[in-house]
Parts: sequence; C-alpha cells; structure tokens
Amino acid sequence: MPEVKKTINSGKISKVLVIGSGPIVIGQSAEFDYSGSQACQSLREEGIKVVLVNSNPATIQTDTDIADIVYIEPLLAEYLEKIIEKEKPDGIIATMGGQTALNLCMELHKKGVLQKHNVQVLGTPISAIELAEDRGNFAHLMEKLGQPILASIAAGTKEQAREFAKAHPFPLILRPAYTLGGTGGGIARNQEEFEDLLELGFTLSPTRQILIEESVIGWAEFEYELLRDSGGNCITICNMENVDPMGVHTGESVVAAPSQTLSDKEHQMLRDAAFCIIRAIGIVGGCNMQFALDQKSGQYAVVEVNPRLSRSSALASKATGYPIARVAAKLALGKKIHEIKNAVTKTTPASFEPSLDYVVVKIPRWPFDKMAEGERTLGTQMKSTGEAMAIGRTFEEAFNKAMRSREVRAAKIKDEELEKHIKGPTDLRFDSMLQALRIGWGMEKLHALTGINMWFLQKLQNITEMESQIAALNPDDAQNTGAKAQNEHSGSGLPSKGLLLAAKRMGFSDSQIALLCKKTEDEIRAARILHKILPTYKMVDTCAGEFDARTPYYYSTYEKEDERDFQAGQGNAAPSNKKRVLVIGSGPIRIGQGIEFDYCCCHASYALRAAGYESIMVNNNPETISTDFDTSDRLYFEPLTFEDVMNVAEREKPYGAIVQFGGQTSINLAAKLTHAGVRLLGTQLDGIDVAEDRERFRDLLHKLKIAQPDNGTATNLQQALLVANKITYPIVVRPSYVIAGRGMQIVYDDEQLRQYIAEAVQVSESRPVLIDKYIESAIECEIDGICDGKSLFIGGIMEHIERAGVHSGDASCVTPPVRLKKSVQQEIVRLSQELALALGTIGAINIQYVVRNDVIYVLEANPRASRTIPYLSKAIGIPLAKMATMAMLGKSLPQLGLSGQKLPAKYAVKSVVFPFLKLRGVDFVLGPEMKSTGESMGADSEFSIAFYKALLGANQKIPLKGGVVFSLKDGDKERVAPVAALFSKMGFEVYATPGTAQVIEDAGIKVHTLQKIDSGTPNIATAIGEGRVQLVINTPKHGKVASTDGFRIRRLSIEKNIPCITNFEAAQELAGAIEKAQKRSISVSRIETNWQ
Amino acid sequence: MLALSDGTIFEGIGFGADGMREGELVFNTSMFGYQESLTDPSYAGQILVATYPLIGNYGISKDAPESEKVHVCGYAVRELCETPSHSQSIKTLDKYLKENSVPGICSIDTRSIVRKIRDFGVMPSCLQVAQEKGEIDAQKLISAAKALDYSKTDFVAKVSPQETKEYGSGKKTVVLMDCGSKENIVRELVLRGLKVVRVPAFATEKQIRSYSPDGIVVSNGPGDPALLGEIAHTVRSLFDLPIFGICLGHQILAHAIGGTTYKLKFGHRGANHPVLEKKTGRVAITSQNHGYAVDGKSIPEEFEITHVNLNDNTVEGMAHKTLPIFSIQYHPEACPGPNDSKYFFERFVKCLK
Repeated sequence: MPEVKKTINSGKISKVLVIGSGPIVIGQSAEFDYSGSQACQSLREEGIKVVLVNSNPATIQTDTDIADIVYIEPLLAEYLEKIIEKEKPDGIIATMGGQTALNLCMELHKKGVLQKHNVQVLGTPISAIELAEDRGNFAHLMEKLGQPILASIAAGTKEQAREFAKAHPFPLILRPAYTLGGTGGGIARNQEEFEDLLELGFTLSPTRQILIEESVIGWAEFEYELLRDSGGNCITICNMENVDPMGVHTGESVVAAPSQTLSDKEHQMLRDAAFCIIRAIGIVGGCNMQFALDQKSGQYAVVEVNPRLSRSSALASKATGYPIARVAAKLALGKKIHEIKNAVTKTTPASFEPSLDYVVVKIPRWPFDKMAEGERTLGTQMKSTGEAMAIGRTFEEAFNKAMRSREVRAAKIKDEELEKHIKGPTDLRFDSMLQALRIGWGMEKLHALTGINMWFLQKLQNITEMESQIAALNPDDAQNTGAKAQNEHSGSGLPSKGLLLAAKRMGFSDSQIALLCKKTEDEIRAARILHKILPTYKMVDTCAGEFDARTPYYYSTYEKEDERDFQAGQGNAAPSNKKRVLVIGSGPIRIGQGIEFDYCCCHASYALRAAGYESIMVNNNPETISTDFDTSDRLYFEPLTFEDVMNVAEREKPYGAIVQFGGQTSINLAAKLTHAGVRLLGTQLDGIDVAEDRERFRDLLHKLKIAQPDNGTATNLQQALLVANKITYPIVVRPSYVIAGRGMQIVYDDEQLRQYIAEAVQVSESRPVLIDKYIESAIECEIDGICDGKSLFIGGIMEHIERAGVHSGDASCVTPPVRLKKSVQQEIVRLSQELALALGTIGAINIQYVVRNDVIYVLEANPRASRTIPYLSKAIGIPLAKMATMAMLGKSLPQLGLSGQKLPAKYAVKSVVFPFLKLRGVDFVLGPEMKSTGESMGADSEFSIAFYKALLGANQKIPLKGGVVFSLKDGDKERVAPVAALFSKMGFEVYATPGTAQVIEDAGIKVHTLQKIDSGTPNIATAIGEGRVQLVINTPKHGKVASTDGFRIRRLSIEKNIPCITNFEAAQELAGAIEKAQKRSISVSRIETNWQ
Repeated sequence: MLALSDGTIFEGIGFGADGMREGELVFNTSMFGYQESLTDPSYAGQILVATYPLIGNYGISKDAPESEKVHVCGYAVRELCETPSHSQSIKTLDKYLKENSVPGICSIDTRSIVRKIRDFGVMPSCLQVAQEKGEIDAQKLISAAKALDYSKTDFVAKVSPQETKEYGSGKKTVVLMDCGSKENIVRELVLRGLKVVRVPAFATEKQIRSYSPDGIVVSNGPGDPALLGEIAHTVRSLFDLPIFGICLGHQILAHAIGGTTYKLKFGHRGANHPVLEKKTGRVAITSQNHGYAVDGKSIPEEFEITHVNLNDNTVEGMAHKTLPIFSIQYHPEACPGPNDSKYFFERFVKCLK
C-alpha cells in the first residue's frame, strides 16, 4: 500500500478540488449536491479557492457562484487527471460526492496521479477509506477492537463464496464491494438465489469482491451520524432508528430520528462503539455507522461504516438543523471541531450534540407508480428515488405528515395481498399495515410478520383508532359501527373540537379527516378555524430550545405557542418590512420530478433575496439544497398539500407565491391557492389552464394557426377505434387518469389499442383516453424561454437526438440544434413568442415541438420551468430560473438584459441515466413514459465529442474498441449498413443477430452472426458472457410488446454493465462520436468556455 | 395543572400520583435516560421538564435507577407513553411515579415552558394532579409557586444518607461523601477495584479518617452550595488526601478554598454540553445537571481552571496545581449521558497512593 500523506492542513492548502457525484441515480441523489455545495461554500469561507467537477448540470454546486472554478466533465479518472494537470490544486476532497467521488479518489490515488501532482487528500485519509471500504480489512479491524460483527467473508472467487455458504445457513446477505446504494446486493434464501447474486456481484464490483454475511433479519437497525476532527474529538450529530428492521436497506426504510426505543444504556453502548471504531479507522470529517441490535438480548453488531457523507448525513442535517457538510469540510482542512461556530445559534461552538425536541420521520419515495412491472420487493439494494421527511411533536404527527408528503395516490390493496406487502416487504408495507389494522389484524400479527418494534405498531394503531373514531361520526358507514362517536355535535356529522384537535395533533390533514367523516376538506377547514384549531410553528434549533437560536427553520404542529409571535423583532427569523414571496418546492425526488426543480426553487429564492424580497420556502425533501435553512429567509419543512401550504400562506401573508418551479407539485396547487386569495406571481391561472386543458389549448392553436398533431378523445373502446382510424396509426394514447403507472404508449394497430384499453386504463365519461397522432421519423425539439408579457427570450432550442416519441425527459438533446434548418429554427422562435404571449406567460415557459418535412407541430406548452432549465442555463451561462423570477417580479426583458435568443459558444449535449439495473423486471425501452432519474452534460466545439462526453458523464462505459452487436427491428435493419461499416472501419468486431447480420453481410461488411438466445450457440448471451461484446445496439419492436429475446438481451447488457443503445438515431450519432474520440485527444475546459 | 410564579398556567393531563408539589421548574435536554434523571438526587426540590416530547417509550427497568427513589417532585412531558416496548421494561412510567408518590403532567407545550425558562430563568412553580379538574385552584397554585424559595432549603440534608455503607473489597479505600450521590459513582469506583465507604455528607473529618481512606470523592447533590459551609470545611481539612469532586462536590471544593458560586439563569441539564480540557485541547460531550456554577475569578492562586464549558465559558473543572485535588462540574459517571469522561475515575485511582 503506498504511503499516505498527512492530512492536516499546515496552512499551505489554497486550492482544493471537490468531486461531485454525477447524475442522479437510485442510491445517489440530491444529497450530494447538498453536501458538495455546502463544502464548497465552507471552504471558500476559509479563503480556499475551490475547483468543482461534476457531470451533472442540474446541481447548485456547478453554479459559478458556489465554486470558484467549475468543470462539467465526465467523472472518470482520465478526465480528473486532465483537470488536475490544468488547475494544479493542492488538495482534494473525496468525501462529499458519495461513492462515486470516493471511488474516483481511490483510483486517482492508486494510479499515482495524486502523488504525481502533489495533491493532498484532505480529511479522511486514503488508508482510512480503504479500511472502512474493504470488507476484509474492516472485519479484521473489528475483531481487533472487540467490536462484534456478523460472520462474513470477503469472497474473491465463487469457490470461496460457496464454501462460506456451506458453513453458514441461509438466508445470507450478499453485497458487492464498492458499489453505491447496495447495487447488485441482495438476500439469498437458497442456493439458486445465492448463485444468481454471485454472478451479478462479481460483474458489478469494481474490485471483484463480494461480501457475504450472515443475516440478522429482524434485529433492529440504528444509525449514527458522526463527526471527528484531526485531534480525535468525536461527536454524534444524530441517531436514527430504522422502523423497518434489518433486511431492508436503510435507504428503503422508514426512519425515525432520534431513536425511539433505545434506553440510555443501549444508546450509550452504541455511541461508545461508534467512537471506538471511528477513532480506530481514523476518520477526519463525517462518517455514518449502522448497527444491528437484538432488542431481546441487548446484543449488537456493527453492520456498516461509511467513511464519507451519505444520504443519512443529509437527513441528519435536516433532522437536527446541524450543517454536517459545512463542518466536515472545515474539519478536512485540519480545523478542530470547537474552533468552528454553530451556524444555528451563532454563539455556541459546533462541538456539541444536537438535541431534538420533536420527532422526525422519513419515508422513501419509490418509482413503482411509473414502473408497475418492476419487482417491488425491498431488500438490501435501493430502489427508491427519493424521500420525504416530516417533523412533528408526536410520532403519529410526523408519520402522517411524511405519508402525505410522498404525494402518492392512496393504493387500493386487496386483503389477500396484505401479507405479501407487509412481509415481503414491498413499497406498500406501511400502507398495508395501516389497512391490516383497519380490518382488524392485531399488532401481534404484524409484529410476527415484520419484526417491527411494538412501539411503532402501537403508533400505527393509534392512527387507525383515530380514523375509526372520525369515521364513526357518519352513521351510514356500516364498516365502522364498532367504534362509538364521542361527539357533542353528532347532528352535524363534524368532529367535535376535542376530536378535531386530537386528530390534528396526530398529524391528520383536513382532507384525510374529511374523507373519513364524508365531509369536504373546506368544511373541515371551516370547522377547524371556527374552533380556533390553528397550527403553531416551532423552530428547529439544534438545542431543544436551550439557546436563543437564529435559524429561520420551522415546522407546524398543534401546540400552545407559535414561536414567531413570541420573539417578534428579534433575530433574522423575525419578519421584516420586506415583501414576502412564497416559493413552493417540488417534494421528494421521483422520476419525472427530479433535482432540476429543486435547483430552480433555490434560484428563485436567491433571486428574491437579491431583489430585496424575503423568500419563504416550503418543501419536504431532506436531500436538497432548497431545504437548507440558509437558502431562504424562512424555511417551512412541510407537506406540499393545499392545507399545509395555505397555513404557511396565512401565517406569512405573502405578497405572492411562485408555483412555476416546483414541477407538477406546485403547479397543481395554483388553482386552490388562487381561489383562496393567494396571488400567483407570473403566469396567471387562466394561462396555466389553457395550456393544460386539451380543448382550450386546441382552440388557441387553431386561432393562432399553429399546427398540432391530429388528436381526439374517447370515452370507450369503440370511440377510441373510431378516432384512431380517423387520424390513422400510429397514435400516442394516454389516460386522463392514470392507474398502476401505465401511462402513455405508442400504438400501431387496432389490436394493440384494444389491448391497451383493456389492460391499462379505466375509460369512462369522466376519464377519457387521449389520442394523438404519432408523427413518425420526425425530429422533436423544445425551447425554454422567459417572457415578460411583451416579448420572449429564448434560452435555446434543444433538439432531441432520439426520434420523436421518446419522452422529452428521457431524450438526449443538443443545443444549438444540429439537424434543424435555420429557417425552421427561426420559425420556432417566432411561434414560441406568439404562443407564450397568447398564454399570458410571465416567467418561464417550455414548449415542445415535433418537426417533419419542415412542418412544425406543437406538442405541448408548459408555462412553468421545465427540467431542462438547469442544463440550458449551464449551456448558455444565463441563470434562467433567476431571470424568470425577476420577470415574475415585474422586470422587463430589457431591464434584465435579455433579448432574442442566446446561442452558446459550443455544443452542449444532455444525456440521461436510467434506473434499470436497480429495478429488476423492468424493460429498458424508451417511450412516451419517462423513466430516467438523472442527467449529465457534455460540451465541446464538436457535436460528436459533446455527445460522447455526455454519455461518459451519464456513467456509460462507451468503448473505443472491442465488439459491437446489432439486433435491430424491421425498419432499422435497412439502415444498419453505414453504421456497421463505420464500426468495422474503426476496428470493432461486428456481431449481429441473423436478420440484421444478413443486411450487414449483403453490404459487404465482415460480420459474425450470433443466434438469438435459446436458438443455439454462439448466441448473444454467450458472446456477452465471454466478454467479446462491449456495446449493444438493440432496437425493440413497437410499443410494449417487446420480444422476450430483446428483453433478455437488454437486461443482460444492463447487468453486465455494457452500454445498450435502444434507439437507432442515438446509435448513429454514437458511431460518429466514437470515430471522433478515437482520433482526437479530448480536452477539459472550464464552464465559462461554453458561453464565450 | 402546572402553575408558574409568573402566573402562567399549563393545563394538561395528569399522571403519576395525585397531589400538589412545589418545586423549582427546570428542564433537561437529554433525549434518553428519563429514569436515570428522575432518580438523580440532584433533582430534589425541582419539577423537571423533559424537552424531548416522547417520554416513557422504553418503560422502567430494574437497572436504570440512580438511587432508591424518584427525587424530582414533579415531571412535565409532552407525551407520556402508556405502552412501552422494551425487553427490560417492568412497568410503565406512570405506574413508577404513582409508586413514588410523584405527580406528573403531560400533553402540554413543553417547548414553550423551556423557552420561558431560557428567557426568564428557572422558575418556582407548583404542580397539582387531581382526579377532577374542579379540585384544582389555579390561584392557589400560583401563590404556592410564588411562596417557594429553592435556595433557602438545604436539600443535601434531605437526600444524604443517615447511615454509612461499604461497597467493594479493594485494597485501597475511598470515602464517598454522599451529598446525594448517583449510584453509578459507587459502581464506577468499585469497578476499578476500590473499596468504597459511602458516608453521610455531614460526616466529620474524624469519622472520615476513621476509615483510613486513600482518597475522598465528594459527590453530586442538590441545592445551593453556599449553604454547605460545614461540608466545605470538612473537605478543606482533608487536603492531605487525593480529592475528587463531582458536580456539587466541585462547588463544595470551590467553597472549601475560599471561592464562590453563583446561580446560573437556567443551569445546565442535559447530555450534550461540550467541555474543553484546556491542557490537551480535547473536547468531551458531557452529562450535566447543575444550577450553580463556580466563579472562576474567585479561585485562589494554587488552583487552576482545567475545563471550561464551550457554550458559555463557565468553569467546568479545576485542579490544585501541585496536589492531587481536582473536581469537575459535570458527570463522569454518565447515567444518563455520554461515557466520554469516565477517564476521570482512572485519573483518580492513579492518584491514590
């Protein structure tokens, strides 16, 4: 092992490289934008010049006012080395960008790059990272320290693994070393599952090592978030209890903070163990530790140590108010923990352990609403995309608030499926447990099925008991006759004051109560106000009220004292004379509503503050920067329902509210807020409505003489067939009301349409199915613009690389366009302005077009910020979300210095990442339903190189040599020859399935024919298995009826971590990009060079 | 119903025993260890408010008490857990307080009380629990609260044992002057191979010397240290021996050397107070429970201040410059709270000749 340098800052460190975490993927989400950004700011406070690299443009950390120097480049060792050569940093911080940054730093260290360029690893040294990350070394250390761990083996071969399995009974837990979010890990209950996981694990682990561990499924799981300074001082920031016992990844668990069921002795035992370990490893900075505890015997075991900031640190920061990343960054410079001020109290030092006087509950958000076919069982690998957190003074309150913060439709769970969801468990475990309690299952039964501590089950039962008390107010409801209504106003059917208050103190929403007692939300709200049952707001202050804190960070609860009234005129948490503006956030990260919207909300807040307004942020996502207490003037950590937001509005009495930046979440509140008297800033309700209402939008386009694909609606199958045949196939169909996640689909014939209507949607009078002509072989593009009501500024035209029909969120795109004619572009600019003005747009607007034979059709217009805003802002160097905010505040485009269209100096390509690896059973086919979780950007003066960089940035291992296999659908086959020829010319071995191979061979190109899987050898699977193939190009057949073979090919390539291109246009562009990349050395450049 | 001397009234739901108790209203910010706190004799004469809202979650266990009984005279919490869940739990907190004849109140806005105490200081108060609301007279409670003067009462006299008791069988003997000692002080000393003679706080020098001690530990305890001149005098007479003062013992030591103490606005009660050891630069997170502090300026030349509280720079520890005599304001025995400062017991053992 190479010698490790001392990590203490001797005062010589002046320039530091901070590594980000790349695109949002399952297991690595917005929390690392939070930690990286805080670290950048914290280092700059210390006079350090910060160089930041990340491939993800939708991050606050890549803003040039967060870091001094920003690179948006692929997170690969060779690119980082180029940056190091150019910038010559003297320090590097690897613990702020998740597993990605940690692995990269290790790689740079192993390759000698850091030593060569004299770059010190700041904070936790490499030796400590190796100790914590290498399971074998770690196990050895624990043994030395006398810390109990689970019997385990770090197997380097299958034989070793099998031997361990012989000696230890199933179930066993397998985790590949150095993968993020437990990717490729799982629970093996038998030999067969064991072998499957071995195969997958060895493929995925960069070190070809798998940890196999005995299972303590059912033990309780606790987490500690710790900080340690270079002087050896340790503190715990937060302890958390996973409500789901061992067996479910902590990122998939419902988590409570602080721990609820630990005695002081147990807590101190685990805390002592944590300190012993963190000191022995030699962490300098942040660290996360997980313990399993057998609550019967009091025996514990160390489960995992993460020598870096993690998702849990973000959660702990938000749960306690303690800015962990900020402090950890300073510790990395060698500062001692007591030399750092507590940013919350501003008077006390950072060297204390936060005390909470509330309960925090976190609930994950899973993507199964978008991917119903995915395997929903939860285990040791993450499947959730995001999480919601809520704060309350009782567990029930925090839990109920967190449940509604998830923004998922109440699932209808069949009684016979309850056990499957509860025991499995699946994402529906908690919904199912509540349902089970409602139908009379006892807590004991739930405990037996889940191992969940009775304390938590009792809380769930308290909730269902409250439900039946409320439901009993309605005598018609036969189901609830068992419960008696204790109600003085039983005549009205409304809950009494006492019951209402009790329900509110348990976190019930007005609409939840209304649903139970068959009233409307407005009626409950009115009753509540009549009884003066109003929320009080309490402060999150890190110290349980002991010191006078200045954190403008609030949560609602139903108590006696509201804190702002109490200290009016004091501190920065008190109201000023400035106008206040509410920024409504976007809630948990989910597919379709990612970090991009949080980015925009942050920018709105920054812009408001700069313009002399007070920004009031409402959001509930613990991972993001919008919920940092210093992003806004006041932060309300609340669910984003009408009631919760309106309560804040009533307290703050804002000048206006901004709903353009929180995605669908905030836009959905626009109508109710407007009707309740809250002024919307920017585009008014009518404009939003015209854009969303099909009929009104069609009429508007008709009036403006703007073309739109033929379309219609149908309320039954017959009508649908009629409409479809009138506008002719192919068509895009989508339900106006989505069930089970089946959304849009491209349909090519009557049979498919019949199947779609039968399987996927409920069609009725009130829920018609929407039908649009699908324009084939066309180019799709979109614009983001800012309108002041008089004219429109175009941030850019983004041309999709894939053909029309792929959801715009899943499409790769490039700006400026490469295929659209200048005249078409000019026409798009003109149409955009016309449409934006007609909608009364003030602020941001996104318009999507499809162009075929130079005819421009409008697909949709969204008078709000789209997910491309951050990418485009980084491409052109104009902070579009800030500008949109200023426009909403009444600034004109000339005042903002904006006019016409801004063209970047380089091509900027956006690529996307998909969660298919994590979600077994999901097919990798792109269509009109969005599936991607995150994005990357690549920029270069040549389009091909920009595309290549973007793909690398999106974690695609794009090969420059090796084998490429084609398996194409009819329609694509005919076009394959030139692409195959190019690959052949570049030195690739070309493989193809029989039909495709024939076409290639006929064109005189050398090709190896591979059979389809199951049709003999050699076939695609064996070729991939033997490592002969480095790139798969497989275009699936129409719609959802993908051939089983194609499905297996795609899954195989995903699991083997081989790039799989499923779109022919993308394959064409990729071939060009590889050609360029082979010829030219690719340089890295600062973000500003994209603009000038 | 809980009434404060400033006239504020909190109406909640009673638990524990019925009855009316006056006490100084103080808060503790530890999120764990309610049973240890309730049984800590230093809380004598005080009504305790827990800042953490959910109390009683893990019930009452046999090995958690720090003395034979509950010493707080009232307990105020946001939510009382009636259905605890823990393998060691033998009863509910409610039942425990009933058995100890201590009243409790729940379902009140405890944070608002804490903020009041923080801004206006600890407050005389009166708690009454009754079966019927009609039995409680708010004005009577307020008057009772107003009439209370915590610093006039010698609580040590009430909680210090009458009898001497011996523990352990080590070769070396320490005398523990019990001013209201937590059990874990005894356990930690015995654990380190010492024979512990636990004597009443008011034991004379002669009585103490009769055990031929190798060292003296002056324990924690309740009340105003200024009232304890007699004990301070005894401690002064034992300066030829190693002495270790804990909490009240630290304050008594200060008085013994002519120093003074003063009352803090709302004290330090919790498990998260950072203390800096000046010599080493080490920071420990400490368990604290005290309402008075030593005035650093009053400490004579031959002593040095060794530890300070990083939150408010109050004195947390001092030591004689040459003799093995030292004291700390916080709780090395933890229970509840972090074990970060257990090393003081080792340090003390090393001083014993």
